[in-house]
Amino acid sequence: MNLQEYEALRLFASAGAKVPKHILVKDVEGAAEAYKAIGGTVALKAQVAVAGRGKAGGIVKVSSEAEVRAQAEKLLKSEIKGLKVESLLVEEWINAEKELYLGFTIDRSAKKAVALACGVGGIDLEDLVKSKDFTLVREHIDPLKGLMRYQAYHLAKGIGLKGGAIIRFVDLSIKLYQLFKSLDCELLESNPLALCKDDLLIALDARIIVDDNALPRHSELAQSSLDLNPLEREARKEGFSYVDLEGDIGVIGNGAGLVMATLDTVTYYGGRPACFLDVGGGASSETVEKAVRLALRNQRVKVLLVNVLGGITRCDEVALGLVNALQANRTIPIVVRLVGVNEEAGRRLLREAGIGYYESMEEAAEAAVKALRGD
Amino acid sequence: MAILIDAKTRVLVQGATGREGSTHTASMLNYGTKILAGVTPNRGGSTVSGVPIYDLVSEAVESHPEINTSIVFVPASAAPEAVYEAIDAGIKLIIIVTERIPIHDTINLVAHAERKGAKIIGPNCPGVITPEVAKVGIMPAHLFKKGRVGIVSRSGTLTYEVAWALTRSGFGQSTAVGIGGDPVVGLGFVDVVQMFEADPETDAIVVIGEIGGDAEERLAAYIRRQGLAKPIVAYIAGRSAPKGKRMGHAGAIISLGSGSAEEKRAALIDAGVNVAELPSQIPILLKKAIQRRA
Repeated sequence: MNLQEYEALRLFASAGAKVPKHILVKDVEGAAEAYKAIGGTVALKAQVAVAGRGKAGGIVKVSSEAEVRAQAEKLLKSEIKGLKVESLLVEEWINAEKELYLGFTIDRSAKKAVALACGVGGIDLEDLVKSKDFTLVREHIDPLKGLMRYQAYHLAKGIGLKGGAIIRFVDLSIKLYQLFKSLDCELLESNPLALCKDDLLIALDARIIVDDNALPRHSELAQSSLDLNPLEREARKEGFSYVDLEGDIGVIGNGAGLVMATLDTVTYYGGRPACFLDVGGGASSETVEKAVRLALRNQRVKVLLVNVLGGITRCDEVALGLVNALQANRTIPIVVRLVGVNEEAGRRLLREAGIGYYESMEEAAEAAVKALRGD
Repeated sequence: MAILIDAKTRVLVQGATGREGSTHTASMLNYGTKILAGVTPNRGGSTVSGVPIYDLVSEAVESHPEINTSIVFVPASAAPEAVYEAIDAGIKLIIIVTERIPIHDTINLVAHAERKGAKIIGPNCPGVITPEVAKVGIMPAHLFKKGRVGIVSRSGTLTYEVAWALTRSGFGQSTAVGIGGDPVVGLGFVDVVQMFEADPETDAIVVIGEIGGDAEERLAAYIRRQGLAKPIVAYIAGRSAPKGKRMGHAGAIISLGSGSAEEKRAALIDAGVNVAELPSQIPILLKKAIQRRA
């Protein structure tokens, strides 16, 4: 879960990191009030949890109330990378002598957390990792020992810090690593981290992604779903894995790998998937029914392709769910591939309801693409 | 022989009395797997499908010292502790079926297992099957058939799909290993491919990867460095997945500018691996790869 920036800033501050003064607002009046309280020059920051927000125009520097009103109005009407801007952060403008990067994430291959630092800030980690123009210094963290001060010291020297800044950076790194670990983060970063006068370090931006699987033990966090669109939010509530895609063939299946392979097969035959919907293992007829209804609410779905290989999932349950969902609501072609446990019983149900089915994923995907073309 | 699971495998089921645990205990027994004991705290003294249940792993291992493998069905909140208990009781192969274990817990337990010399498979995996010998997992066994192709996969259902396609084409399997769909897992592709390479009962290897992480790229680098005597075919799921979206598996996400199916395919092809465009092409490519080597 991507935390909202103001929440990440609050957590940074509670961990002992310095952050700029900031106020969260939802409308133009609020932005004007916040500006009066902070004064001087401020940054207006669109609260959408996407990387590259700055580049996409989501951060504006303003120095007067009139400007704040004009820019806030514009931002609050905008969409950034497909996500509607619903609130803004009005944040004190900090003059940095230098901008840095400090972050923590998981190195999957090393099976460890890793601390990352760079002497340049404000560039997406994605680009930092790929680019050869910047030196990204890394320290892998042994889970038994945690981040050691000598490792943080090594990072500080590696990005060219000197004198008092080194000690401040080491202290901050240790504090933020503790936050990263205790909050079960997948990513925690300050980008940019400002190096200011007198070796002060101020986190101009705070980004935290908490491991979804750890949310049950973090009831202190407000559940946010800023990075999801409405259908994705609802799917999450139902316990489905659902991802909206750009095409017109809705794909439902059991098991993430199988659904991904189904999308690929549709693409291979020249079709374009409209969604990825994994009902998970052992889905009941009710679950399948809900999944179909959800996918049909996606306006782009013109053909529905259901691919089930029954193991823990029983084909008769799947068929029953399909029949129930489509009884009242069969406005578009549906293509089914149904094999595995209890397939005969499942197929009988489909036949009785006049729904055809296929033996293989390839046949079904091809048929879905043809159905779309009206062949 | 095969790998990981064979006729000498003696199994402990942790979380045997739960819904999943009891269902799959029955199914594994049915397949011929030698399950000696189960563990559920406070349920010691009961039985599941005739298997005696103990409160503690140490008690189970004391009564059944032949136990050499554990399969974990314990819910995510308690699963890490169950795994530590198995490691500390000296069990050297632990298969974690449980999904939704927090990633920092997995990092910790994988590190502990490494220090104690235990192998972890999973979490979030379908387990391991050596067809017609034993299954320690949740796969629908009728899709698998004894043979000489080793399968290693990050997925569950897709593994069944591929195994079934192989079975129908006359390619039985020596062992199929689901390493799990989480970002951090115990055994990886390279570990399992090395085992298949050394296994006299495996003639060819099928790798089923997916987007996210760099496990496939690491395998490619390993093969370029070390070479591989046995024919190998791979399939990578997720070519049509968008960036930054999690495709069901916690680990299936293209992030930090890498982990796309195209990069993985390119790395594997560069290492001389035959990469299928569709799962159904795997048996065809396998046949060709075997003929070329012969």
